[in-house]
Amino acid sequence: MADTQTTAGTPLVAQGDAAKIEARDCNVFYGEKQALRNIALDIKANEVTSFIGPSGCGKSTFLRCLNRMNDIIDGCRVSGSITLDGEDIYHRRIDVVQLRARIGMVFQKPNPFPKSIYENVAYGPRIHGLARNKTDLDEIVHTSLERAGLLGEVKDRMDQPGTGLSGGQQQRLCIARAIAVNPEVILMDEPCSALDPIATAKIEELIDELRENYTIVIVTHSMQQAARVSQRTAFFHLGNLVECNDTEQIFTNPQHKLTQGYITGRFG
Amino acid sequence: MDTRSAKAARAAPSGRSQIAETVNAGLRRRYRAERRFRAYGIIAILVALGMLATLFVTIIGKGYTAFWQHSLELNVAVPADAVNPQDLGSANYLGLLRDALQAQFPEVDTRQERRALFAMLSDGAPYALQDAVAEDPSVIGRSVTVQVALDDDFDMLAKGHIDANLPEAQRRLSDAQVAWYQALAERGMIEGHFNTTLFTSGDSRQAEMSGIWGAVVGSFFTLAVTLALSFPIGVATAVYLEEFAPKNRFTDLIEVNINNLAAVPSIVFGLLGLAVFLQFFGLPRSAPLVGGLVLTLMTLPTIIIASRAALKSVPPSIREAALGLGASKLQMILHHVLPLAMPGMLTGTIIGMAQALGESAPLLMIGMVAFVVDIPNGPLDPSTVLPVQIFLWADSPERAFVERTSAAIMVLLAFLVFMNAAAVWLRKKFERRW
Repeated sequence: MADTQTTAGTPLVAQGDAAKIEARDCNVFYGEKQALRNIALDIKANEVTSFIGPSGCGKSTFLRCLNRMNDIIDGCRVSGSITLDGEDIYHRRIDVVQLRARIGMVFQKPNPFPKSIYENVAYGPRIHGLARNKTDLDEIVHTSLERAGLLGEVKDRMDQPGTGLSGGQQQRLCIARAIAVNPEVILMDEPCSALDPIATAKIEELIDELRENYTIVIVTHSMQQAARVSQRTAFFHLGNLVECNDTEQIFTNPQHKLTQGYITGRFG
Repeated sequence: MDTRSAKAARAAPSGRSQIAETVNAGLRRRYRAERRFRAYGIIAILVALGMLATLFVTIIGKGYTAFWQHSLELNVAVPADAVNPQDLGSANYLGLLRDALQAQFPEVDTRQERRALFAMLSDGAPYALQDAVAEDPSVIGRSVTVQVALDDDFDMLAKGHIDANLPEAQRRLSDAQVAWYQALAERGMIEGHFNTTLFTSGDSRQAEMSGIWGAVVGSFFTLAVTLALSFPIGVATAVYLEEFAPKNRFTDLIEVNINNLAAVPSIVFGLLGLAVFLQFFGLPRSAPLVGGLVLTLMTLPTIIIASRAALKSVPPSIREAALGLGASKLQMILHHVLPLAMPGMLTGTIIGMAQALGESAPLLMIGMVAFVVDIPNGPLDPSTVLPVQIFLWADSPERAFVERTSAAIMVLLAFLVFMNAAAVWLRKKFERRW
């Protein structure tokens, strides 16, 4: 505890604004190695929060703590508390399946199932029993694809494999798949790193639209992207949360010299 | 590095750079190495193909005549007093056949000569006549033309495997027998036809009456038991070890043991089967059920190892996608991982089955080497399997069994080729891109 520096900026929101996700004293270990140190961070509802920082700084690790995807990694240990709407997600009573239905995830590399486009989107609602009948399911699939801005491109070939789409379309399919379950939070782990600029622009536009209904956390390597899509930005460095503030503040008036160095391109 | 590129930059205006020169000097050596490597590969393939070709040529060369059988067309008188229509089985058909054959050679009269002549008839010949009479009882009191199989020695003579030009002492047939055969052939009474007996009967001491059907059925029951046990057990083990089991010293130990079992000589599994299934549990000897149990033990490691490799090759991104959507672990495995791993598992299973089909050593231990004439009706009937049948026939000195051995090998190889082709086809069919 003694060696941790305090986070600059405003990692915690004011008492009045209820935070969607609150992390306190969060430490993550991979075996003996500590990947994250005493992270304390609030994520506000209906906002886009971006995590930036150099490679290996722990931003993806922290993101994966939020829906307990780290559970499947051998030797990974999480301490401290992370709450979703005031409930500790690492509590024994919390079912990880239910948690992941509430917190969806989009991965770095588009990873559609090797099934049809329709099946890709219908899978989540089906396993959770969200649709009472076929019509319901069709409805969910259509709205999800529409919200992901993909419906126009794929509505004539719903039965074709999702893996046959282009990279950008695959990623939007993955977003459609995530929102088909109607989660409260969507975690995105560098969703555009494998995409070309046009596909990236489409996804960014989409993220901005989704903000209305969902709380979004996005990990990105591109500072421009963080500046474009997010309202709040958190800067990680070597397992520490160095600074967190409104995006505008971070990029125009960084308080910590590490943040300043990173955003001006002096390292990273 | 820096100084070198700087030097190269300086050298550039004067034509080719220093680096290009250095690279160029080594290029020919690199290409030579590549060509040499490719040549080694081609030589290796040619050697393998050559050996395979030799194998096929010897087996087919020795065995193709087994698919052919010569028979004797005899017009047999069936006197009404010799056969009782109410009791067809009691008649002396052999006597009738012998009379008919004797009629062809009236000059043969001594007992010794007659025996030499009658040796031409297969031991199965009376049954052919009985069948003909049973099929059309109106022939009783008249005569009927039947085709009866030639005895294997005469069949060999017909196929040219016994050389009539050799001195009498060096062949199995006497000069008189060869002369009789030639006389019958001249009269157009000897005829070659496809050897259906080979594919419809069980084993026999008489080569011309023996077939592989009993062994094929035995192999089928044995493999059915093996598949029914080893596929579900193997897949379940692989899924548990790969997806659920904690990684600790105990599971490491299990893994080492499974890998070791894959290398255990198959006869050891036979001894185990003898001790456990026969002695301890008292299961019947020579039964495909026990054979299947033993072969299950033998194929399980193959299937488990192949299935684990198939599970490991499913990309983690698919697992993450399913888990990230809130699928439970079992749903992730059943809906996504298993379908993607299935082609690999099926391939491993079929290769294991092919191995089991060709296995004879462990089955010798549990009594499947018995001489079984009847076609087994179920997995508890005594039976033998194809490779053991080959082993049994290979032991017999008659030339007719030599060619049948090769024929059985051909059938076994055909099954193996078929199974391996099925493995390739299944893999192609279920393989999905991701």
